[in-house]
Amino acid sequence: MTSSSNWGSESLAVLWKDLLSEFRTRYSLSAVLLFSVTALAVVSFSVSPYALDPEAKAAFLWIVLFFSAMSGLSRSFVREEETRTALALRLSASADAVYMGKLLFNIVLQSAVAAIVVPLFLLLMDTRPANPALLTAATALGTLALASSSTIIAAIVSRANAKGALFAVLAFPLSLPGLSSAIGATAEALRGSMPEAGIGAAGDIRVLIAYSALMIAASLLLFDYVWNS
Amino acid sequence: MTTDGKTEVFELVLESVSKSYGARQVLRSVSATVRTGQVLAITGPNGSGKSTLIKAVCRLIRPTHGRILWKLGGKEVPAEAGRKVIGFVSPDLMFYDELTAAENLRFFAQVRGMKIADEDIESALDSLHLGGRGSDVVGSYSSGMKQRLKYAYALQHDPPLLLLDEPTANLDTQGVSLVHDLIEDSKRSKCIVIATNEPEEVGLGDIVIKLGE
Amino acid sequence: MAAKWFLGVWMILVILGAFFYAPASLGLGQISRIIFFHIPTAWVTVLAFLMCAIYSLRYLKKRQPGDDMAASVSAELGFLFCIIATVSGSIFAKATWGSYWNWDPRETSIFVLLLIYGAYFALRTSVDEPERRGSLSAVYALLAFVTVPILVFVVPRIPAVQSLHPSESVVSTGGEFTMDGRMLTVLLASLAGFTGVLAWVFSLRMRAARLLGTIPQRKED
Repeated sequence: MTSSSNWGSESLAVLWKDLLSEFRTRYSLSAVLLFSVTALAVVSFSVSPYALDPEAKAAFLWIVLFFSAMSGLSRSFVREEETRTALALRLSASADAVYMGKLLFNIVLQSAVAAIVVPLFLLLMDTRPANPALLTAATALGTLALASSSTIIAAIVSRANAKGALFAVLAFPLSLPGLSSAIGATAEALRGSMPEAGIGAAGDIRVLIAYSALMIAASLLLFDYVWNS
Repeated sequence: MTTDGKTEVFELVLESVSKSYGARQVLRSVSATVRTGQVLAITGPNGSGKSTLIKAVCRLIRPTHGRILWKLGGKEVPAEAGRKVIGFVSPDLMFYDELTAAENLRFFAQVRGMKIADEDIESALDSLHLGGRGSDVVGSYSSGMKQRLKYAYALQHDPPLLLLDEPTANLDTQGVSLVHDLIEDSKRSKCIVIATNEPEEVGLGDIVIKLGE
Repeated sequence: MAAKWFLGVWMILVILGAFFYAPASLGLGQISRIIFFHIPTAWVTVLAFLMCAIYSLRYLKKRQPGDDMAASVSAELGFLFCIIATVSGSIFAKATWGSYWNWDPRETSIFVLLLIYGAYFALRTSVDEPERRGSLSAVYALLAFVTVPILVFVVPRIPAVQSLHPSESVVSTGGEFTMDGRMLTVLLASLAGFTGVLAWVFSLRMRAARLLGTIPQRKED
């Protein structure tokens, strides 16, 4: 056996372990998907899509995606504490690797949700996006933004007497910049085609990238204090 | 940890370690120095702070006063390197029930930054009388088997400091003697701390700390 | 000691000045006087937020319970002033622009700050162990501190976002509302006064906490 400090492969090990656990127990994905499809059904049922302008449609979409994130993204950390496996992990893994691995897992989970919710949403809202490329970019970056702000909050909540609502209460204010930019960019994607939509959404896209980078950087610096508290 | 075939000496220093939770004082100025080749036995009635002291030693909790020092080859080991120098067994330790024993061990090795081969995992399991059970999920293990698996977890990275909280919990007579042999064997190249109420295990200690007086 | 008397007199002068010395705005009338209280309280809530972040950082580095107490007290005061700022802002909005709430960027920022304070306290009450409570809330305070500038400065700059709040600095508020020299004087005096009030109440709360033994013994090493 040889020893090497490879932050990257250690994070991937955490990701792989979470994916494997998820595959075997279906702890998170099925609950989250059920929730998001239900939320989508409620939205679709209560509004006539033809009465909605692109901003409203974008807002509804991201409301569903946000609450899906609130239902799913805390599970990976909460599960470690509930099943008491966190101790074994704490003693063998570096905090950075744990954070990155869980962040990657949350990105994968939220992407899976988005991959199902967005097409379903377009179907139910009878909408053809004027700018599919921009829509994909907005969704992908919005997903990244949601995961970036939620992961460390999930860790915080797992170390508290976590009751479900606490996660959403803590995460929402911090997620706002990401959410509002995602909604803005999505509205542009639904409304217009290049180059007008691109120019309109450029600011939002820039904010999403900067915001995600900032949240991940801040999380990396602070995670140790949460994980080892 | 070996350099030039000789084991570097590991030193664990406890300087007046105290721990209080609010008004309740659990540990009162505990001091000791333990080196490679020595066993520190911590004993005392339930609730006297044995587990608290073990957790303080591996920096899972911070002492209210005093400090804990890890030294390898005379140089101080920083807190972040704890995962490389400590092997930990405790009733609080749990593994992933939905993964097999081999998958668990492989995961922990990877996350420690180690390259581990399947044969290494197999032989580790064999030596703990878990041979052939590597591809069973840990959820199907008995408590005695889980206890033995904890030793595979604690030893896979050959740490110079071994912390054993209730080393023979859940073990039958065979398991108990397995662990006692293991402690004897490891003693030569490791520094060992045991928290226990078993008189036989307290007897293994070169230094004994009695808590709760 | 004498400072609190000086502060008391100062604030009385500010209040008198706000109602008698400074002229009412030509366009809005007497309601415009609320600006002497709205802007300073908004300023103080941000200041308290900054204090909370600083004490939180100190707590993470040094683990002194006093720093955790200071972070918590700053947050309490910030929350209080935030409520005052939100309500006074809403009254001003109704008078000036016709509706109590419009989700314009500044309004949204102050509301988000309110949510952050609320979340901070929700977190504190859900952790029993004092050390862990201190660590977790300190991390949250710092995360929030890092996020708020984006909300306040970046989001409103996006051209597509419309703003009810004038974009110029505090000194002149465009539209039918121009800042008279006397108004500026009272405003600046009020800013100083409210900052003083924050400092004074903060020190009172900290002294009380120490005397009541709410802060455990200072940790020695």
